[in-house]
Amino acid sequence: MENTAPQLFKITFDGIEIEVPPGTTIMQAARQLGPHYAPPAMCYYEPLKGTGGKCRACLVKVTAGSAKDPRPMPKLVPSCITTVQDGMVVENTTNESVLETRRGIVEFLLINHPLDCPVCDQAGECHLQDFAFEHGRVTTRYEEERRTFEKHDIGPYVQLHMTRCILCYRCVFTADQITNKRVHGVMNRGDHAEISTYIEKAIDNDFSGNVIDVCPVGALTDKTYRFKSRVWFSKPVEAHCDCEKCSGNVTLWYRGDEVIRVTARKNEWGEVKEFICNTCRFERKKTSDWTIEGPTKISRHSVIMANKYRADLKKPAFGLKVAEAQYKQIDDSRPYITDGTTIRELSKENNAKANQRSLAENN
Amino acid sequence: MAVKILTEHINVPGINTFDVYRKMGGYTAVEKALKKMTPEEVVEEVKKSGVRGRGGAGFPMGMKWSFLAKPEGVPRYLVCNADESEPGTFKDHFLMREIPHLLIEGMIVSSFALGANKSFIYVRGELMYVIHILEKAIAEAKAAGFLGKNILGSGYDLELVVQPGGGAYICGEETALLESLEGKRGNPRNKPPFPAVKGLYQSPTVVNNVESIANTPWIVNNGGDAYASLGIGRSTGTKLISASGHINKPGVYEIPLGITVEDFIYADEWCGGIRPGHHLKAVIAGGSSVPILPAHLILNLANGDKRLMTYESLSDGGFATGTMLGSGGFIAMDETACVVRNTWTFARFYHHESCGQCSPCREGTGWMDKVLERIEHGKGNMHDIDLLVDVAKKIEGNTICPLGDAAAWPVASAIRHFRDEFEWHVKHPQEATQPGAVYRGAMELV
Amino acid sequence: MTDTTTPITFTPERLAKAQEIIARYPAGKQKSALLPLLHLAQEQYGWVSSDVMDYVAGLLSILPIEVYEVASFYTMFHLDPVGKHVIEYCRTGPCCLMGGEDVYGHLKQKLGIDTGETTPDGKFTLKEVECLAACGWGPVFQIREKYYMNLTNSKVDEIIEELSKD
Repeated sequence: MENTAPQLFKITFDGIEIEVPPGTTIMQAARQLGPHYAPPAMCYYEPLKGTGGKCRACLVKVTAGSAKDPRPMPKLVPSCITTVQDGMVVENTTNESVLETRRGIVEFLLINHPLDCPVCDQAGECHLQDFAFEHGRVTTRYEEERRTFEKHDIGPYVQLHMTRCILCYRCVFTADQITNKRVHGVMNRGDHAEISTYIEKAIDNDFSGNVIDVCPVGALTDKTYRFKSRVWFSKPVEAHCDCEKCSGNVTLWYRGDEVIRVTARKNEWGEVKEFICNTCRFERKKTSDWTIEGPTKISRHSVIMANKYRADLKKPAFGLKVAEAQYKQIDDSRPYITDGTTIRELSKENNAKANQRSLAENN
Repeated sequence: MAVKILTEHINVPGINTFDVYRKMGGYTAVEKALKKMTPEEVVEEVKKSGVRGRGGAGFPMGMKWSFLAKPEGVPRYLVCNADESEPGTFKDHFLMREIPHLLIEGMIVSSFALGANKSFIYVRGELMYVIHILEKAIAEAKAAGFLGKNILGSGYDLELVVQPGGGAYICGEETALLESLEGKRGNPRNKPPFPAVKGLYQSPTVVNNVESIANTPWIVNNGGDAYASLGIGRSTGTKLISASGHINKPGVYEIPLGITVEDFIYADEWCGGIRPGHHLKAVIAGGSSVPILPAHLILNLANGDKRLMTYESLSDGGFATGTMLGSGGFIAMDETACVVRNTWTFARFYHHESCGQCSPCREGTGWMDKVLERIEHGKGNMHDIDLLVDVAKKIEGNTICPLGDAAAWPVASAIRHFRDEFEWHVKHPQEATQPGAVYRGAMELV
Repeated sequence: MTDTTTPITFTPERLAKAQEIIARYPAGKQKSALLPLLHLAQEQYGWVSSDVMDYVAGLLSILPIEVYEVASFYTMFHLDPVGKHVIEYCRTGPCCLMGGEDVYGHLKQKLGIDTGETTPDGKFTLKEVECLAACGWGPVFQIREKYYMNLTNSKVDEIIEELSKD
């Protein structure tokens, strides 16, 4: 048995030792440890070749490059494209500079974001929301005007909201790698760079709908699902059909008895392994089109789980308290919170207080 | 007079033609290298010379050459970076315009050393007239048998291609340049892999600055040791400095590395002093990307010694009291210059030139631009100043390519050394927005 | 202005030049010719319309979107119609130190247009650009391939008057 096992690299990630095959990236190694450990990824998308390195959300500190050369790497490195070396020591959430940098990245991604979550179809399954919730600051320091774009119609199926885009380039890689002729891309440059077809032209391709699934934010959404529901009101169900174009393995999203949306199946990292065709996605919206396999497994922490909305969180008293706390912090006369308090920490604190109050009131 | 390696014959009439250049001793390095030396020997001389990359990073050229991977059956490329766009820098523009054959000769010698049979000169598109000058020089050299098949009967083939850019500072970053040369957007690549392993068309590639390559003929002719004997310490040879701003004689100067900054500014041989009736306030010594220094710190080190025009001396004191030689774009400012306004124009520059690929640079450069614009126009707040410092810190070191650092340093250093000027703009918005208004408070002039 | 009725095509000389440029690169790497060809196209048409870009894509056997992406990245390509003379004025620090902003103000007044605009007679379009690598000879602007350096108000007047003639 010893002879057949491939040579493995031993690395230490946030103090945990793990053995992985050579060629593994830090991100892949961390993902083996589980969602609690893996650095956030806004642009990296494992099924698509060439993604990663752009959003800088997954920067980590390498405190020892390898057993042979244990010097630390001078800069933080993107874990999604940095391959491990034997004896590498990586710090993610255990390193303050990593967390501080990440707060900065959230801020950068949000300064020009419209923050229109209440009307955004992606809300509830948005990676930017998750990223901001996990790693962001409570307040913003941005006082300038937010960037806007001219609206472009890119066809009957896909809605483009450029203001929400974080330029991860995933949709470009998708079109390059799973369709035969790319008609959209990134135009212009700098903070005016935008996803566009350049000339008003429908993206017309059997697999074009997949750009919706790979988009980490609400920049590319499903026109046939637009404003139909909120993701937390819908029930995902695994289903398949006999499709001549794709695998036919999908997730159906029900509201009541109605299929309101069809998506490809996503893994725990929100990644699609089997891309689906437009016919499955946009045209097969009857239960009779599908063979139902059963409910989709959803993380206990997802908003899609009804359990997320605990009774105590619904109490108006708590809501008022939160509003009060938040309102004070955006009052300009008060100093900014610069100690790096995160939304998650604040809500933890508030949750604890609310729970105590609720206990006291009930007793 | 100091030894001139690049500009000795620059004033000879007709030096831009092959015949005159040849008469002045041109192309002897090609003859020597191709007939009497092996490529390895040329690399060895360049290594010995200690010449450092003249584009801005200052990485030893010989070492960069020695990293070039040499897998069997795969072409290797030499690409000359002539995408000179760093504000304050115009030396390559000058060199290519005045003495194009020097670059062509350097390209032949360097390509031979690296085993490249097709080499590129990537010139920024705005310099189309210089591209025509280079193309003419290439045609002349080819007609004389110094380019093409079997050069001088040595069996070595070389073709030179001049490639125009399209207007993008970012293409001066070597991997962005390679992307651009492949006909793509100038988005820098993630590294590793480095160009020495996977560069142009995924083949091993060396990218060198114009001035770096222009040094190689002299090194081949005179030997690496002779080159290394010029200059001080690890700053060997000479350096082209493009001097601009409030000096008497703006222009391009070839200086021996090691003269004092004071001499460079005030001696008649170089800048000839600050324009009459004015005093030196600040200097940006190596192109817009390097930290700005107030007069007393550019002339002297923190310990009082004279600061020298060398890589080491200019960076002495780190970012607290030092700066960098960079690309040699020397911008001098007198007391009429407003540091806030100047910093804003640079921030606007980086905002305009960011490729937009990675989030800290895409969003951060725009943010700094907007905040600085507000301060400059009398709409700033005190907390904006600290905000700028923090935004700069969040960009620095966290981007794909060095443009992020280059955008952060000018802002951070201007606030470090001229904070009172920023505060004055915030506190006295009406006064500060008068035409030509400049803060004259605690300024130390020389 | 592009004539929309006649199909886009290079003049015979430019087509020959384009073929020569494409042949410079290794086989299969013809996309490298994209920037030179866009320059060539702009030289002929004055600006780069989507039809022109489609034509260039055809010459290089690449997708039109690859041309749009590239052309919109680089600031030298005019994606909208421009005047006969496009004045590209440097607005970066070193030129500003030499009084570049004042001279620019004068130029705008002289032409009666603002940045990004074209004079009603279609002769001049004014654009602001970043550093043109001529800082020691500032203030600077560029019209097509020509650099105009060490600008002053009176020099600007002379240049504009000279160019207005043709």
